[in-house]
Amino acid sequence: MKNVWTKVAAISLAAAMTVPFAGCSSSTSSDAGSSEGGKLVIGGIGPLTGGAAVYGNSVKNGAQLAVNEINAAGGINGMTLKLDFQDDEHDAEKAVNAYNTLKDNGMKLLVGTVTSAPCIAVSAEAAKDNMFLITPSGSAIDCITAGDNCFRVCFTDPGQGKIAADYIIDNKLGSKIGVIYDSSDVYSSGILDGFKAEADAKGLEIVATEAFTADAKTDFSVQIQKVMDSGADLLFLPIYYQEASLILQQAETLGLTIPVLGGDGLDGLIDQLGDKVAIADGVMVMTPFAASSPEPKSAAFTAAYEEMTGGEVPIQFAADGYDAVYAIKAALEKAGVSDASMSASDMCDKVKAAMTEITLEGITGTTTWTADGEPTKAPQVMKIVVTDGVGSYEAM
Amino acid sequence: MMSFVSYLVNGISLGSIYALIALGYTMVYGIAKMLNFAHGDIIMVGGFTVFTAMSTAWCPVWLSVVIGIVVCTVLGVVIEKVAYKPLRNAPPLAVLITAIGVSYLLQNLALLIFGSAARNFTSVAAGAPPFLTVFDDGRAPQFFTAVPADAAKPILTISMETFLSITVSVVIMIALTLFINKTKAGKAMLAVSEDKGAAQLMGINVNGTISLTFAIGSALAAVASVLMCSSYPQISPYTGSMPGIKAFVAAVFGGIGSIPGAMIGGILLGVIEQLSKAYISSQLSDAIVFLVLIIVLVVRPTGILGKKINEKV
Repeated sequence: MKNVWTKVAAISLAAAMTVPFAGCSSSTSSDAGSSEGGKLVIGGIGPLTGGAAVYGNSVKNGAQLAVNEINAAGGINGMTLKLDFQDDEHDAEKAVNAYNTLKDNGMKLLVGTVTSAPCIAVSAEAAKDNMFLITPSGSAIDCITAGDNCFRVCFTDPGQGKIAADYIIDNKLGSKIGVIYDSSDVYSSGILDGFKAEADAKGLEIVATEAFTADAKTDFSVQIQKVMDSGADLLFLPIYYQEASLILQQAETLGLTIPVLGGDGLDGLIDQLGDKVAIADGVMVMTPFAASSPEPKSAAFTAAYEEMTGGEVPIQFAADGYDAVYAIKAALEKAGVSDASMSASDMCDKVKAAMTEITLEGITGTTTWTADGEPTKAPQVMKIVVTDGVGSYEAM
Repeated sequence: MMSFVSYLVNGISLGSIYALIALGYTMVYGIAKMLNFAHGDIIMVGGFTVFTAMSTAWCPVWLSVVIGIVVCTVLGVVIEKVAYKPLRNAPPLAVLITAIGVSYLLQNLALLIFGSAARNFTSVAAGAPPFLTVFDDGRAPQFFTAVPADAAKPILTISMETFLSITVSVVIMIALTLFINKTKAGKAMLAVSEDKGAAQLMGINVNGTISLTFAIGSALAAVASVLMCSSYPQISPYTGSMPGIKAFVAAVFGGIGSIPGAMIGGILLGVIEQLSKAYISSQLSDAIVFLVLIIVLVVRPTGILGKKINEKV
């Protein structure tokens, strides 16, 4: 019974959403009457409300910023862009509804979805329709395996682990690695899987792999002691910053002094530690984007984003959304698409071929794409530097 | 060897925090015959109170701790009066559900006020030197001395927080045992837990005694919250829930209703948790803790020190 009501509610909601947009879609078709230029509708799907809303809103704002910039600079081959972003509340069923709404609204290319589970559902639909899809931040492997129309901006979780292992080897950061990870979290164990596989293949020794779970994430003294006893010379933390801040504080008490490398989950550590930030001095964070990065392109993006949103500091998801729109721009220019009235499927054929040929100088790194849709980019590793009790990132 | 000592000491420290919380569960169960599932969230309220008091510039650490204890004590008594007292003659299930309701109420109020992000808690012993450092190079172990910057890495460090947790818990447990066995109010508690009706006929104020029990249990929760948040310096609206469950397990483990049982149960639980993390698997430590609980309950259904009560017809 409950299910029936959910469906009724979803359908009526979807219907309610279509009505106000009816005007837009008709104006799109009249604009597209000329063979050159016109208004190109880029769809977006992500959670704008609910628990994951911060991610959806960040991607939306990042993408909107890119669209504004592109339109201000004259559009793409005479076409102006319009971003139509729908809410999926981080729910697969609602995401598919949003996808159908967007198709009715005349969407030709899709930036989305933001979170992994809805992305898997939507990419299956998009593959059927041959609709071009680029997910800014869906990091589960299955997000883009549905078809050759699907691409991704961020690293996969195992991909991030692999890159971390390569980075350690290439830069000789350590030879004996200790790892503390959250065995109850897919993100953390996903990174660890990739890290382990690459370390085994390349002969990097992992001397301690210590786990904790969501139910016991305050006391890390045993894990830290075991890492110390194992003789590790680098601590790898593929976890989120809340737990990492506790681990760092307890490591300080127990006397663990080896260098620390973390994944993008550690972005946020500086704020979490507050006035105790000094213990994070020298921690290396592998994140494609950090708002406080000294890199000029990131700094310019951060300034523009803050201006557009009224002082909100962009997170990695905002950068991913921004880069997704610029990847579409680069591919459209490469393919020479200049007619916004072209069918979505025809446009997808041209864009997906062009995607593997472009090189995007994005703010999350210089990126190229494989035919599988996976991005290839160098990891950006930043070091936390604390001066006079204030923490900031510094490029390595 | 030194690692073993370190695991053991940390286990005892964690266990004594569990024991302090377990005392609250076991006393309330012994006297009011109810499981106060909101107990874990009183820890969280205590933590946030101390956190808020300490963030104001004028409030010294000792005063913050006192404020925390007072707020928790009052809260415990108010919860008892408002939510549990009207249900004193209701079926046990109704009281249990009410307790769960109060637990969620406190948790969601904290979410509303403080948000879901974890806050950084400043340890009450911040800046204090470690309690004990042992070196490899033949030097004598150092007590209460900061490690000099040029010294070799110590092979064993026991932090001030660990030392405080163990000492404070031991002192409180001794004081509580004395209070219950030697004072009039304590004896009244024993009498009420034995037989509520008979105690009332003997002229004992049952309602007052139950309120006192809640007050003591909540004050202990406040102390536990300060020790816990100092050892693991973070606080969020969910801080109390897992330690609350573990302490409940400790109380059952030791024999619910028994005060020495709660102490033994708590400390054993902490030590088993740390040692199984260290020597068996860091991933399976919780599974092992609960497995031990099941084995103990199969062998001794009343817990380690629990009394077997024969129901008379």
